[in-house]
This record gives sequence, C-alpha cells and structure tokens, in this order.
Amino acid sequence: MKEIHELDLPDDVRYAEDHEWVRSEGSKLVVGISDYAQDQLGDIVFVELPEVGAKLSKGEAFGTVESVKAVSELYMPVGGTIAAINGKLEESPELVNNQPYGQGWMVEVQPGDPKEIDALMTQQAYLEMLKGL
Amino acid sequence: MNKNLGTTGLILNEPLLWEKGSKGRTGFSVPESDVDASPLDSELVGDGPDFPDLSEVDVVRHYTRLSTWNFGVDTGMYPLGSCTMKYNPKTNERQARLPGFAGAHPLLPPQLAQGALELMYKLERYLDEVTGMQATSLQPAAGAHGELAGMLLIYAYHKHRGDQRSKIIIPDTAHGTNPASAALCGYRPVPVKSNENGVLSVETIEAVMDAETAGIMVTNPNTIGLFEDHIREICRVIHDKGGLVYCDGANMNAIMGIVDMNEIGIDVLHLNLHKTFSTPHGGGGPGSGPVCVNDKLEPFLPVPRIVEKDGQYNLSEDFPRSIGKLDTFHGHFGVMIKAYSYIMSMGAAGLKKASQLSVLNANYIKERLKSTYHLPHDRPCMHEVVFNDQNLQAYKITTLDVAKRLMDYGFHPPTVYFPLVVPGAIMIEPTETECKQDIDRFIEAMQQIAQEAKEDPELLKSAPHRSKVRRLDETTAARKPCLAN
Amino acid sequence: MRYLPHTPQEIDAMLQVIGAGSLDDLFGTIPKSCCCRLDMDLPKALTEWELNEHMDELASRMAVSPEYKVFMGAGSYDHYVPASAQYLTSRSEFVTSYTPYQPEISQGTLQAIYEYQTLATRLMGVEVATASHYDGSTALAESLLMAIRVTGKKKVAVSRLVHPLYRRVVQTYFDPTGYEVVELPFLQNGRTDIQALDSVEDLAAVALQSPNFFGCIEDLTAADKAIHAKQALFVVSFTEPLAYGLLKSPGSLNADIVCGEGQSLGLPRSFGGPGLGMLGSSMKYVRNLPGRLVGRTKDVDGRDGFVLTLATREQHIRREKATSNICTNNSLCATTAAVYMASLGGSGFRRLAQLNHDKAEYLKKELQRAGHAIPFDTPTFNEFVVRFPDGFEDRYQQLLEKKIVAGLPLECHYPELSDHYLLCATETASRTDMDSLVKEVGS
Repeated sequence: MKEIHELDLPDDVRYAEDHEWVRSEGSKLVVGISDYAQDQLGDIVFVELPEVGAKLSKGEAFGTVESVKAVSELYMPVGGTIAAINGKLEESPELVNNQPYGQGWMVEVQPGDPKEIDALMTQQAYLEMLKGL
Repeated sequence: MNKNLGTTGLILNEPLLWEKGSKGRTGFSVPESDVDASPLDSELVGDGPDFPDLSEVDVVRHYTRLSTWNFGVDTGMYPLGSCTMKYNPKTNERQARLPGFAGAHPLLPPQLAQGALELMYKLERYLDEVTGMQATSLQPAAGAHGELAGMLLIYAYHKHRGDQRSKIIIPDTAHGTNPASAALCGYRPVPVKSNENGVLSVETIEAVMDAETAGIMVTNPNTIGLFEDHIREICRVIHDKGGLVYCDGANMNAIMGIVDMNEIGIDVLHLNLHKTFSTPHGGGGPGSGPVCVNDKLEPFLPVPRIVEKDGQYNLSEDFPRSIGKLDTFHGHFGVMIKAYSYIMSMGAAGLKKASQLSVLNANYIKERLKSTYHLPHDRPCMHEVVFNDQNLQAYKITTLDVAKRLMDYGFHPPTVYFPLVVPGAIMIEPTETECKQDIDRFIEAMQQIAQEAKEDPELLKSAPHRSKVRRLDETTAARKPCLAN
Repeated sequence: MRYLPHTPQEIDAMLQVIGAGSLDDLFGTIPKSCCCRLDMDLPKALTEWELNEHMDELASRMAVSPEYKVFMGAGSYDHYVPASAQYLTSRSEFVTSYTPYQPEISQGTLQAIYEYQTLATRLMGVEVATASHYDGSTALAESLLMAIRVTGKKKVAVSRLVHPLYRRVVQTYFDPTGYEVVELPFLQNGRTDIQALDSVEDLAAVALQSPNFFGCIEDLTAADKAIHAKQALFVVSFTEPLAYGLLKSPGSLNADIVCGEGQSLGLPRSFGGPGLGMLGSSMKYVRNLPGRLVGRTKDVDGRDGFVLTLATREQHIRREKATSNICTNNSLCATTAAVYMASLGGSGFRRLAQLNHDKAEYLKKELQRAGHAIPFDTPTFNEFVVRFPDGFEDRYQQLLEKKIVAGLPLECHYPELSDHYLLCATETASRTDMDSLVKEVGS
C-alpha cells in the first residue's frame, strides 16, 4: 500500500470523510473515490452504480465498489439527482485504480444545493485527516 | 528435525473433461432394454445434454489425477482454525455405505425404516447428552443451515408470544454466517465489541439489550479461541429482557464433557457434525448442522420429528408450533451415520479426552510459538490459538505469505485473516488427532518461516513453490468471470 | 483410543511446556460455575468389530432392493451407479479436504467443481450454475429469494405440482420474511393451470416443476409466454434431472432460473440425504446468485488454474447483506454427479433417459391393461399417477408385507386424490418385477 506522501491528492476537487471526491463541472458535480480509497481497496473488480434519475440525499449509499475480498458502500458526498453514470466501469472497473480522478469517475450529480460542496474538505484538510488515521 | 515434509514429485497434468474422449465412447454399462421402445411426443424432445463421451479408463485417470492436486487431512496436518479438521475415521465410511442405509428410500413407511429411524433417534439423544440440551433436530444440512434453524426457532418463539422483535446482538468475533442467517429472519444485527481480553463484557451487553432485541448470537468458545467467561451473566442479562441466547457450537470440540450448555443459559445451539463429530468435509460439504434446544424452544423444532414408543420408531408431524421443514427429507442422513459411528467408537470418556487433548495441543503450540509470532491475547486458550503478523511487518511479510510458505513445508495453512478483530490473524486449530511429533514439526516449520522472513523475504512472497500451481490471479477471475466452458 | 495418538509421557511433556499440572488445569479459565458437567451418559465405546456388528444390525432393518421392490420416486430415484464413481469420490484427497480456500493445494476440488458447473449448465440449459446447494428444496427457496432480489417485488407463485415437500421448505424460508407465496392450482390433465396467473399481480417469480410431482411434463413454452407477460421471472424446478437427457432443457425454453435435485446423478438415496441442490441462471443475474462459484484463471507463471470467485456475494464478506447465508456447498456430491455425467457421456445419458421413459411407459400400459385408471393423460418421464380401486389402502399394506412398495400414496399431500398413487420405474426395474407388481396389485 502507498505511504501518505505517495498519494495523488489533486487540489481541484473536494473530499468527503468516506473518501469520495467531488469536482464542479458547470452546473453539475462529478463524484469518484480518492487515490487513498482505491489503494486501500486494492484491485477493484466490480462497481455497482445507481440508476440515472435517482434522487439521493447527502450520506445516502449510491452504490458499492468491490475488490476480490471486500465490498465497500459508496456514499453521496452531496445530495442531488444522478445525472449520469460512468458506464465504462462495467467493463473496466480497473479504471478506478488507474485513474481515480479521471476515467475512473463514478457518477455525475445535479446537486440539490450547489453550496453543499463548500462543506467538504479541501486537499489540505483531507491530507490532515489521512495523517490522523 | 526430520527432513522437510514438503517436496516435489511427479505431478501429471490433466486437461478439462471435454478436451478428452471421443464421440461414441462410454464409461457406463447401459442395461439392455427388456421392454418395447416408446417414443415421446417430438414437441417435448430435446437434443440431450452436450457431455463429452469418455471411456471408464478416461474417467478414472481424470479424477485420480485431479485428486492428487488436493491436500486433505489424510495427506497431512490441516490446522485450519474454526474448522476442526480432525481425522475422519475410515470405519465411518464403511457404515454409511451399508446397502441398508445407502439404498434406503426416504419416504419408506416407518415400519420399513426402523434401522435408520432408531439411529437418528439415538443420535439426537446422544447430542442432547453431549451438549446438555433437552432436544435435538438433525434436519439442518450444514452449520449455516443450523444457524438459520436457530434463528427461525427464536423468531417463532417471540411470534408465538406476540412479542415480535427487530434486532439481534452479534459480537464482532462472529462468523459471517451469523449476521447472514439473522438477516434471513429479518433481524437487524447489532454489533458489539469484545473487550481487551478478547471476550464479551457484561456491561457491553447490558448497554444494548432491550425489549426490541430478540437475543444474542454468541460463539463459545469464541473465534479467538477463548472461553466467554461471563457467559452466565450475559445469558441472564438477555433473559431478563425477554431475549434468547443462540450459541454457535462450531467450537464444541473444546468442551465436550466439560461444559453443560443448558446449565450455563444457552437456549439453542447448533453443532457441526463435520467438525466436532469427525465427519469429513468433502472439499466443502456435505456437512450436517443439528440444532439443540432447551425446553423453551422444543415445541418449535422442525418436523417431522422422530418419536419412540415401545421400541418402535415413528415420524410425527404432530407439533403445531413447529417452524416447519428445513429440507426435503430428513437432512443429511449419510453424514449422521458417520457421527453416530464416531460417538459409538469414542464413548463418553473418549469424547472428553478428545476435548482435553485438542486444548492441550493448542496451548502447546501457543507456548512454543509465542516468542516468534505476536500473540494478541496471551492467556490460556481453548482448542485454537490466534497469532498475527505484527512481528513480520518490518520485513513487509504478511500473514498470507506465511500461509503460502507453509505449503512448501507440507502443511495446510491455518485460517488467515479471521477473526476480523485481529488484523492479520493466523488462527491455528491443531485438533486432538495430531500427535506431538507432527505438531513439533509444524512448530519448527513456523519458526523457520519466521527466520526466512528476515533473511530471504522474497522466498515467502513468491511462495508456494512446490504446488501444482502457484499464486493465482483472483482479480481477473472476478473481473472477467469464466464460470463454465 | 486409536484416533487419539498421545501417550501419557507425551501428555506430561506437553503439559510441562505449558506449565500446567494436569489436563484438567488446562480448563482453568472456564469459571467454576460453568464447569458443572457430570459425566455424559453415553453407551460404552465399541471396538471397530463390535461397531460393525451393531451397524449391520441397524442396516438390516431397512427395506431396500433387491429384497424389496420399491416402485417409488417422488424426489428420490433408484439408478445404477458405476463402481468407478463411488471409488473415485472415495479418494481421501477429495473426501478429507476442506473448502478450497487455498487454491494452490486444492486444484483437484476446484477443477472438479468447475467441470461440474459446466456439465450442470449444459444439462439445465443455462449460462451459469453454482457449485451446488444442500438439496432441491433449498435450491428452490434460494431461487425464489433471488428472484425477489432481482425484481424488487415481494410475491411469488408456486405451482401445486411442485414437490409438496419443496413447497413446505419454501414456506419455512419465507415465513419470517413477510414475502408472500401463492399457489397455482392444477388442471385435470395433470399440468399447472397457468391461466390462474391472470388474477395475480406484482409477481417476482413463478415456479413450475417439470416433470412435475405427478410425473407430467409441463408445457413450458406456454408458461414462458404467460409468465414473462407478467414481468415475473420464470423458475423451473426439477426432481429428476435424468429427464433432460430426453426432454428439452428448461433453460432452452427460456427459464430464467433453473433449480432442482441432483440425487439421480450417481448419488445413493441414503434415506434422503445428502443430495445435491442444483441452481443456475443466465449470466445477467450472476451477481445475485446465492452460494459458491468456481472460476477459471491463470497463476503467476501463466498456467491454467481455478479459484473460488465472486465471493463478495457471500456471507463471509457481505455478512447480513449477502445473497444467502449458505457457506458450504455439497461439494463431494457435486463431484460425484460430475463423475457420473462424465461416465455416461452425452450418448449414454440419452440412452439411459430413453430407457427410463420406456420402462415407465411399459408399467403404465400394463397397469392400464389390467384395468387401472391413469387419471392424467399428459406425457410423463419415469413416474406417473395411477388410480387404484377404492379402498386400495389395505392391499397396499399387504403388498408391503410381500416386500413390494407400490408407489407413494398421494392422499397425504393432495387430500382430494384418495386412491391415487405415484409410481416410478427406472432402468433398475426389470420387466419381470413390473409384471409381478401388476399381478399383485390385482385388478
């Protein structure tokens, strides 16, 4: 597993305590899991995502991510409606391992409250949290 | 020290079944017909299954070669914690194969099946006696099925009293089957932590037990190999709030003739005949998971139940509060024969001695390995002992590497990464049927592996080296499942 | 005791290492209040030879072939099993190993189960089959729970012609869940009244058995249309897999889930267990399947090998959210079934299935000729219902004394069917035995 200084933690996204990240793209928010999360899980073999159109509130589970011997729930870092899902993950779940902030994105959300993202952690705050784990 | 048990020999490759054979061969002697052929409506007729055609020799060589790639208890020591891989006596196999048993139709009228019914009736009474419980049903087909039976009984008990409850307490040391079985009855598991000594404390249970909680699922001795020493008080707390205590009896092998489960407050427990009572595991089943209950739960046991009157045995459905049937017929009768045969061979003194020696073997391993491997709970254990990989972390060696390297030494690895409360757990259950020499050899192998971890860690990381195949790509297997040809 | 290897000297030496004075001292951590055990009251231990005598005596009080002629199937069938099948699956390496959690030293079990899965998919006509379940009834219960997970609906319909004991097991599994089971009645031709579905809404699944409990072959083509029109999953159960040597497989007739009992595939009847629960479906439901699966992969050197896979569905990982609480499969039984299917081969399986059909047809026609009614005129495989004259029960009892079991009385499961008996004739029933049955039942 990676040491903390080896982690890729970009500063153009916000982070949630459950290790999801959120990036603003126009009026929408894109959500995935952090490099730390994918590294802890190991080789990801399956990602289960919600239906487009599902309305989910902050903290609600929107899917699961599976490695060979573990399953983790994915939680909404912000509330909103699922506007799109990353269909590529069905065939290629390894994208989450290889490009967690790029092609490994999971869902696109039309946020209920666009300000909700401001409550999430910055790169620095997230790094501090990881150091404390 | 004798030579390392593990070595390499001539291992033969063997293709898949359908890569062998030739259309028109057969390994079966189909009887000549003595009746007229009778065609079936062609609308209903299919092509028949696409099976390969093989000769008897093809089939015999195929499976003989496959068998040599397996490690069994008959091959060597199999200290798989929580699984009680004791020796499986051969006489038991003989008994199960007697034509009177093997050829018996399950729906024979009882007067034509007295031998089987008597055996089952007596086995139930013997299991009552071993556990101290009041009544037993042999219907559950495996341990998890016995757990499900236990949960259904608890559910039926509360329902009968008009007191339906929604939760069940499950300690963090539990087998995964516990919460899964509880969930089938709609119970939401309430997890509780064990204390720094690796057991449950009474206060923890008091804090969560309430009138909404159906009861608790405990494993005793628990999965860390420790006896839950507050079990009596815990049972009292549960009972005071109207709950019931389910005990996972997977670890009964430690306490036969020593602890009376009824007396300490257990309401229902399941046994694994394939653990404590020596029936073989068969590469993952068939097992058998009888469920034993006290007087509170007896009316709810599965039907039909075997009843006796004047030496005649019968099947009775006359138990109106029963949870119903758990499998098509009577459960895994073939497995019951083996457990019965084991109890008849051991007697009371033999069973107690088995428990004592299983505990002796585990404590002996604990004492001799605790200076080498980290022991999270250094106190006398029952029939299994849990170490972890903490002392090896400096060399970036994990529990998995130790397990894989043990294969090269000719041992089946212990259970690894369970229980979950001990990170990197190495759970060793030698069982009573291992002799001192073999245990010493195992201990020395473990010590040598620890030494190798320091001197040549790569040797461990790339282990095993002497098996038919080496470490397998489980990631691709799960990403792109290939489950049939 | 021959299974306990310790000598007194070895025990002393080990106790010394531990620092305990006696074997009893080892239990010092158990509170006194819990060590209340009096001696267990069990029979005196027997020697191996005494045990043989005792077990022989018990087994002698069982009515089995060839002394008894048992014309009864009803979920448990008498078939010839080649000596090689029993011999191979008695090999210690298969018998005394655990679940193949360490694949490097379990390739024998793993390849055998992978091959079983493949043979099972070909037999049932599905894309994926599990490594097996306890028996046909629990496989059906698990299939229906699976359909509920897949569809999100909470009601299932089960034909009354599904084995009555299977239906009782389904009831036990469903009782605490709040899910509903409705029963579909049967028609005068011995098939399920599929039109009864018209009045039922919101079904997760509809389960039929074919051949059904009366031995009749269901019209699965019609069922497929009716069930799928209801957006329910089509579940087909079976008790006699040999039938698919002759009949179209349920999967080929669009069943979504196929499940049943594999005892016929080389397993002894053994008073009802262990059997073999078979379960398969199309790949799109693979992540909802209950129970173990073996998959093919490669090792680090690129050699072919097998592993347990998709384990995240299972209880040891997903705990209360698992697709089932099942942990074991009936691995050795599945291996036996694979050996049996491989021994027969496609050609042998077909011939044996045809022979079963012919034998049962012979018995049916002879009984008819003797004046007995065959109440259901639908084609059957190796079982069928016959209606004997009123009050046949006494004669049935007399025949038991003559060591003939003239089928299964149906009245206990279907109160409206007094004097109806379910008879079975497999390849083991000789013409002579069948003729003598016909003679003995009278006319």
